[in-house]
Amino acid sequence: MNLLSVVLFLPLVGFLIALFIPRSSPQASRTWALVISLAIFVISIGLPVMLDNSATGEQFGIDVPWIATPAIHFYIAADGVSMWLVMLSTFLTPICVLISWRYIQHRIKEFFAFLLLLEFGLVGVFIAQDLFLFYVFWEISLIPMYFLVGIWGHDRRIYAAVKFFLYTFAGSVLMLAAIIYLYNRAGTFSYPAILAMLSSGRLMFDSTEQLLLFLAFFIAFAIKVPLFPLHTWLPDAHVEAPSAGSVMLASVMLKMGTFGILHYCLPLFPSAARTCAPWIVVLAIIGIVYGALVSLVQPNMKKLVAYSSVSHLGFVVLGIFSFTQLGLDGAVYQMLNHGISTGALFVLVGLLYERNHSLAIADYGGVATVAPWLSTVFLITTLASIGLPMLNNFVGEFMVLQGTAIANFTWTVFAAVGVILSACYMLWLYQRVFYGEVSENVRRHIPDLNLREWAVVVPLIAMMVWMGVYPMSFLPPVSKATARVLDQAQINVPFKVELPRKVEVARAR
Amino acid sequence: MQLWLIPLLPFAGFLINGVFGRRFSKGLVNLFGIGSVVLAFAWVLKTISGLGPLTSPYIEHYYTWIQSGAFSVNVDFAVDRLTVVMLLVVTGIGSLIHIYSIGYMAHEHGPHDGGYYRFFAYLNLFMFFMLVLVLAQNFLVLFVGWEGVGLCSYLLIGFYFDKQFATTAGNKAFIVNRIGDFGYSLAMFYIVKNFGSLDFSAVFQRAPGMPQDTLTLIGILLMVGAAGKSAQIPLYVWLPDAMAGPTPVSALIHAATMVTAGVYMTARSWPIYTHAPIAMEVIAVIGIATAFFAATIGITQNDIKKVFAYSTVSQLGYMFVGVGVGAFSAGIWHLVTHAFFKALLFLGSGAVIHALAGEQDLRNMGGLRKKIPWTFWTMFCAALAIAGFPGTSGFFSKDAILLAAYQHAPWMYWLGTLTAGITAFYVWRAMFLAFWGDYRGHEHPHESPPVMTIPLAILALLSLSGGFLFKVPTFLAGVFPAAEEVENMALMAISVGAGLLGIFIAYVMYVAKPGMADALAGSMKGLYTLVYNKYFVDEIYDAAVVNPTVEGSSLVLWKGMDAGLIDGIVNGIGSLSKDVGGVLRLLQSGNIRSYAAWVLFGSVLVIVAMGLGGGIR
Repeated sequence: MNLLSVVLFLPLVGFLIALFIPRSSPQASRTWALVISLAIFVISIGLPVMLDNSATGEQFGIDVPWIATPAIHFYIAADGVSMWLVMLSTFLTPICVLISWRYIQHRIKEFFAFLLLLEFGLVGVFIAQDLFLFYVFWEISLIPMYFLVGIWGHDRRIYAAVKFFLYTFAGSVLMLAAIIYLYNRAGTFSYPAILAMLSSGRLMFDSTEQLLLFLAFFIAFAIKVPLFPLHTWLPDAHVEAPSAGSVMLASVMLKMGTFGILHYCLPLFPSAARTCAPWIVVLAIIGIVYGALVSLVQPNMKKLVAYSSVSHLGFVVLGIFSFTQLGLDGAVYQMLNHGISTGALFVLVGLLYERNHSLAIADYGGVATVAPWLSTVFLITTLASIGLPMLNNFVGEFMVLQGTAIANFTWTVFAAVGVILSACYMLWLYQRVFYGEVSENVRRHIPDLNLREWAVVVPLIAMMVWMGVYPMSFLPPVSKATARVLDQAQINVPFKVELPRKVEVARAR
Repeated sequence: MQLWLIPLLPFAGFLINGVFGRRFSKGLVNLFGIGSVVLAFAWVLKTISGLGPLTSPYIEHYYTWIQSGAFSVNVDFAVDRLTVVMLLVVTGIGSLIHIYSIGYMAHEHGPHDGGYYRFFAYLNLFMFFMLVLVLAQNFLVLFVGWEGVGLCSYLLIGFYFDKQFATTAGNKAFIVNRIGDFGYSLAMFYIVKNFGSLDFSAVFQRAPGMPQDTLTLIGILLMVGAAGKSAQIPLYVWLPDAMAGPTPVSALIHAATMVTAGVYMTARSWPIYTHAPIAMEVIAVIGIATAFFAATIGITQNDIKKVFAYSTVSQLGYMFVGVGVGAFSAGIWHLVTHAFFKALLFLGSGAVIHALAGEQDLRNMGGLRKKIPWTFWTMFCAALAIAGFPGTSGFFSKDAILLAAYQHAPWMYWLGTLTAGITAFYVWRAMFLAFWGDYRGHEHPHESPPVMTIPLAILALLSLSGGFLFKVPTFLAGVFPAAEEVENMALMAISVGAGLLGIFIAYVMYVAKPGMADALAGSMKGLYTLVYNKYFVDEIYDAAVVNPTVEGSSLVLWKGMDAGLIDGIVNGIGSLSKDVGGVLRLLQSGNIRSYAAWVLFGSVLVIVAMGLGGGIR
């Protein structure tokens, strides 16, 4: 049995079985979703355990012909980056099931079914090795999310769902055209085969071709990230989505964009990537600062966290386009960190919403007095989010900024402003929601964490601490994969080359 | 040697009290909260005795924290003589302040009943991070402690979190420190870019071979960080507001230990600075300017804690003068003696506030000399020390800095001496207002319990004798580059005279002729208002930075750019395609006859087009 295909197809099996659970027993739907998603998570732990870190290239591969003409294969495999992103999805799905336990009150069966279908799509996106298959998963993941927002969302859910769908779809169409073009030129959808042709020189693109193809892929991914100025679907989708939708959207779906840039744009079109890098870096830095500033003035908690994602994801894009080992590793690490800490923020905002039925910051105040543990957990998450050392985001931000500094110190100076601003908007949010005198409304409606909620927050906090204190549990496979991306792209900014003597001195000590 | 045990002990105290403290009795909270810190102090003593003369640093390697490509950074701790000094100050004075807090916090409750355990949990967490900071063997681990103490400072300033002024002060402290950390982070990035490492020994060993421009930039960026943490111009604004925290916090964090971290860090980085004279000049000028500027504000403050807060800013300025002029060990010496006498001044004012049931305004005190004699006499010792009275601890260290400043640039000596006079004046103004004359308030002052007065007494002894008891420069002789010993009796006499003169003027204005101060303030109304309002620096920052950022983000970026421009375009495209679709939809009428008409119309069009194109071939 191929472990990766088990992890991929179990959510689909879960989804299909969930469809047959009678509508009359919502508890069965919840329990089934929890059991299967936990089982998937436990099985997926096998991936990092069994990954052979001395081997180069993708692992857990399985390649089965699917459609004869055109030759489309069911071809999946994972490397150090996609493996962790798969684990991020399998880790967060049970958490999303738990936070939806009472939050979702109608169409319960369909909700949990869609959640499992979403997991199937997300896992597939990260491990598909056939470009057509990749596109299929890319669209599959879009559909359940569209319904999660459109059916279980708040008042403006239809507007948000349609905006989300059209925005992403506009990008996907460009990407589809580029994929078909690639197929016509290469004669295959197999991504490793295309890469091999590119590196052996059997397939070559002239510079215009490369630029157009790069942009077609890049725009599709940039919308998903979202990169400034393509981000305006995100705040709407987040505010309207139910808690679990926001978590999956922010924590995993956005990573489809950054993963795509790293995994496809750089190795396929290196010289176009290099040509566009300064422009993209400028957009990333604008996104970092702009997202933080707009975050600062949001009256709605979810919108605030949504704009903060624009800022955080700017760091990821910046790291990728630094073309340094540190920057790429940091970018990948930051994808995971953002998944944990921003996911946790959406979880916690959801807990507040469940209690007080409001997302407006002004409707809160003094929560720390009545719910000290909820406040403590929120504080730790806030600190993780603003990059306090020994918590996860710090490591990623440091690596990204350090990698960028090696490539171009001026970029770092501007990007690091985002670190100051993140403290401003998060601490101000925390002050207004949790500190101050407690109002009668808050006192009556906001109890502290219950057992189910503890079960949700403890794993999240544990991950923040683990990833902050001992990142070497996670980084080596990432480095392996990103080093290969840099080799394929042949644009590693020469930190190693520039400084061999200096580093030796540091090591010799 | 298990160096890790030193910070981990308070961390265990934090975890135990933080998780279970709610259910503990006060005695149990004390056991873990104070026991852990005292044990850490004991472990420091044991470590020091086990390490011998420490002519070279003792390093312990734990694990690789981050590794990527050619870059890696470890979690390492190290002890050299500078670390020893810091460890003793942090755990020694930290223990005393923890013990004092038993009495001080006994009657204080946080917003919910768990204020007591929460206080000790935060204080222990602070000790953990502060000890990590001084034990760090590279810039990144130092930064862990650096940010961590900032976090604890934030939590403890906002300890009374139902009070908005307290949480706002906490936010201000954190954010202003973040601006400093921005500089420190950039320094780290630039160090790695040029040195390939963050390890102290690797960086410092290679520093002499680096271009001066590089070192200057690194030095100035590090100083930006130090200016944030150690409250120097232009980032000092958070420290006076930080007095919103409980008084033991002001003593421990905002006087004795955390705020001196910037001095420690710059002194630790001396191999960078000695090859970057411009950066050193920047430090010295910022230091002397801050010392003078903050001292002038101290004259006019009426809140007893605010007086000492500005005094701390000013004294930290002196320490930076020491570092900036190359008298590193003198700067560290002043760090130590200042920890004695300023911790005592804060703890003493805490005892005063405690005695007066929360009163902090000097105008409502007076005549307390007889009522709370222990507090009075201990604070008396500290006030002598800070005024540089001959023989006291402050005299030695301040004198060492001023003499070194004279060697570097005489104007710094003269400005420093003037500042010393002002310092003596405002500290003794506070003393005279609080302890002399008649009591002007309405409380019934009572002496503090022994658990508070005994730490005061120990600190009083240290304030008096710390100068000749601990010859810090001699102890640190092997750590820093040798500075030439200067003896100049005339200069020493002048600076001592300035201090005595300051005390004398304060005596005249506030004891001998009590109306004189008000008359003087009235005759210089404009200047007095300017200084009383702290030169309106907070207001200027608000108007120039804070408000434009918030307003601009809201109006221009969010409502203008995001909702207006970008979404306008997006929705515009949306409604455009809807409109186009709406028109095209009319074709799909479902009416066979109209379809037939369109087919006919289309066919005609095609035929005409073919005809124009030259017919069918």
